[in-house]
Amino acid sequence: MDLVIARPEGLYCPPGDFYIDPWRQVERAVITHGHGDHARTGHQHYLSAAAGEGILRKRLGADIDLLSLEYGESINHHGVNLSLHPAGHVLGSAQVRLEYKGEVWVASGDYKVEADGTCAPFESVRCHTFITESTFGLPIYQWQPQNEIFADINQWWQSNADNNRASVLFCYAFGKAQRVLSGLNPHIGPILVHGAVEPLNQVYREAGVNLPATQYVSGMQDKSQIGKSLVLAPPSAQGTPWMKRFGDYSDAFASGWMQLRGTRRRRGVDRGFIMSDHADWPGLQKAIQATGAERVFVTHGQIHPMVRWLCEQGLDAQAFVTEYGEEAAEAEANLSAETEGSPI
Amino acid sequence: MKAFADLYNRLDATTSSNAKLAALRDYFFAVSPEDAAWAVYFLAGGRPRQLVPTKLLRELTLTVAILPEWLFEESYHAVGDLAETMALLLPESIHTSEEGLAAWVETKLLPLRGLAPEILTLQLIPLLQQLDKRSKLVCIKLITGSFRVGVSRLLVTRALAAVAGIDAKRVAQRLVGYTDLSARPTAAHYLKLIAPVNEEGDERSEGQPYPFFLAHPLQLSTDQFAAAIGSPEQWQVEWKWDGIRAQLVKRDGQLWVWSRGEELVTDHFPELNVLTDCLADGMVIDGELVVWNHGAVNATGQEELKQVQPYALLQQRIGRKTLNSKILGNLPVVILAYDLLEWQGEDWREQPQSARREQLEKIVLACKQPQLQISPLITGESWQDLDRQREASRSLGVEGFMLKRKDARYGVGRTKDVGVWWKWKIDPYTADAVLIYAQTGHGRRASLYTDYTFAVWDSPEDNPNRKLVPFAKAYSGLTDAEMREVDAIIRKTTVEKFGPVRSVTPTMVFELGFEGIALSSRHKSGIAVRFPRMLRWRQDKPVAEADTLQTLQALLPQASRPANKDVA
Ligand SMILES: [Zn+2]
Ligand SMILES: [Zn+2]
Repeated sequence: MDLVIARPEGLYCPPGDFYIDPWRQVERAVITHGHGDHARTGHQHYLSAAAGEGILRKRLGADIDLLSLEYGESINHHGVNLSLHPAGHVLGSAQVRLEYKGEVWVASGDYKVEADGTCAPFESVRCHTFITESTFGLPIYQWQPQNEIFADINQWWQSNADNNRASVLFCYAFGKAQRVLSGLNPHIGPILVHGAVEPLNQVYREAGVNLPATQYVSGMQDKSQIGKSLVLAPPSAQGTPWMKRFGDYSDAFASGWMQLRGTRRRRGVDRGFIMSDHADWPGLQKAIQATGAERVFVTHGQIHPMVRWLCEQGLDAQAFVTEYGEEAAEAEANLSAETEGSPI
Repeated sequence: MKAFADLYNRLDATTSSNAKLAALRDYFFAVSPEDAAWAVYFLAGGRPRQLVPTKLLRELTLTVAILPEWLFEESYHAVGDLAETMALLLPESIHTSEEGLAAWVETKLLPLRGLAPEILTLQLIPLLQQLDKRSKLVCIKLITGSFRVGVSRLLVTRALAAVAGIDAKRVAQRLVGYTDLSARPTAAHYLKLIAPVNEEGDERSEGQPYPFFLAHPLQLSTDQFAAAIGSPEQWQVEWKWDGIRAQLVKRDGQLWVWSRGEELVTDHFPELNVLTDCLADGMVIDGELVVWNHGAVNATGQEELKQVQPYALLQQRIGRKTLNSKILGNLPVVILAYDLLEWQGEDWREQPQSARREQLEKIVLACKQPQLQISPLITGESWQDLDRQREASRSLGVEGFMLKRKDARYGVGRTKDVGVWWKWKIDPYTADAVLIYAQTGHGRRASLYTDYTFAVWDSPEDNPNRKLVPFAKAYSGLTDAEMREVDAIIRKTTVEKFGPVRSVTPTMVFELGFEGIALSSRHKSGIAVRFPRMLRWRQDKPVAEADTLQTLQALLPQASRPANKDVA
């Protein structure tokens, strides 16, 4: 029996009668993580990883009816055994493991296999059927180790600071910003943040993640330090009047999409840092293989190439139609739409 | 290669001319003259013939990366650039090559040409393994002849001028012919580009032409002309020919023909050889190559102009690898002379336009060869009067008027400091057309549907069975915001996907502009248009009100309209 099927409301578990990351309002929703395309408002009951509770309450409202589980802790609902396991994507992100009558399914949500210091590292979970994302499911997407990317970012910041030019780094406010922050060298200069970013930093800090000190530009005592600073801002801030206070700044964008020259140029920034919170092609292959699953469902992004590839590798692979953002351009648009919040 | 790849990235990353200039200067200062020589060659548009067939590179990538072909195609489709796709798919290398551009091109890349495929593959794999991802991209672009980066020739010229500490115009002149196919740029060539200015003379060796002076569009309404540019008496007015801009250089008993791409095209126009005898040495004429109908002998001014044949015919001639006597007979070319740049071995570019014109007329008159014609002048008592005369442009197959200030000197490229040329073009043809197919763009627009195919109705609205027939493709003219909006509609209204192409339910009407229209048997619609582009998105217009084939046919020049078929 299929433990997860696609319904108009979202991915549904028939024996358990609950949804995973539904996009329409439902009674019971298991939320893999707090990104806008996965965590939506209006469900009656929420279930998430304990590490993600702070984020969900921040984004969906403090008063949502939310039950949280520690990673690895399991509950039973209508005979379905459910547990959550780290997905390494953002703080509190989880894979959902479902076990029913000896059959095990894992829904990955979004995941990244490389460990970083801002969330629990991805854990491989054995299963019969694996529901994988495929945001970067083409072999052109292969990431550098993150310490190399951090070195590049710090070097870019340092050389701008040497020329007394602010460094504005655009990245998604939830997840990416904190990961970037964790790799910055605070000795180079002050780290300024946009109003959409700081509340999420706060949640991370409260969850015990060590991040360097940040401040709002408005609260900055010595404005002459602006030229030495690094500014973390959401993509939506690009081109707004808020940017004017940084003078003749250098800008950059941190995202997996920066891998392609075309998207890099379309962003119109000086630098593109290829840093993603999703698995790259080898990462996806490794993760899928490690589950031992013989059946694979693919959601997100490059679905068709991934399905075809997995079939050619001898797996029983199929696509799940979801509303998680179908193609590159849309995913990109989704992600930037995700970052409202007023600048400060 | 690393230094050149870094330069490529710096140029690619910015749209600011100053930042590009700084990147170029830094590079030229940092590298050896040998490397700089090749860099100038590539940046100024020089392209050696393809060294390695693209097909072989594809196969090599599949083999090395162990990928099925379909996955390569999917990847290529996502990336939109072949060299970039291959660079991304080939395994990351821990090496970077510090060896310079010249060493790479001369000792590693050029020797690849003509090798047997098996040997090529064997040599290429270790070569590419020496390069980091970005260098790999640049290297593949060089060997496939697809190297392009957003740098104008003028910008390269300015950077070299800054490095050399000399006038950019001087550099421009030295740069003419530098990218000619047969050239092998050497350190000596480069050093000559940036050498201090000494004696005149060495600058005009052999058949070197001058940098072309280019016109700017005049985007004013006619009643604004007088205030903006003065009275018509101050201007020399000519038709704006739709041919190939060229310089005839006659020196040391020899004639050279250069096209505006600064390509030597003497061999393409053997009929111009007769001019070798009637033009004196030390003479350079600027003009337009056009196909000419020698048969139509008509004495009066404008009638004569009909001897100029459409650009499409000239294009047919350019496309030929070999010219037989039939083509030379059917499509004879003449040059319509409009400027004199050198006379009796003297550089005349500092002379006023009127003086150059006067001397040019004498030369053409004395030459008495039909292959050398003078581009006639048009006079009018007011701009309004000229505007009326300009209406004849379309039927004459020209693009409007050229306005050249009578006291202007002959500048370099698009400069405006020593005088100015304006092109006063007629408005483009327009038609309201329906978007029926869309394809993703390349490069910058790889993930958006930006390349569209447009259709018009095959019959008027009263025919209930009428169909849309495609007649033009266009991919420019929309703002980024409009492009995104159109992209979203395309995704929502997709009917079918064939590879990168989607057919859509016809819902969007655009006003297309185009420069020329001609009958064509190769197009379904029977019509081909030149330089189609989107002028605006007609969100106000329903699909049913788009134009028809009949309205397009009415735009065809009289002579070429299809015979009326309804005999009824
Ligand atoms: Zn996510
Ligand atoms: Zn997602």
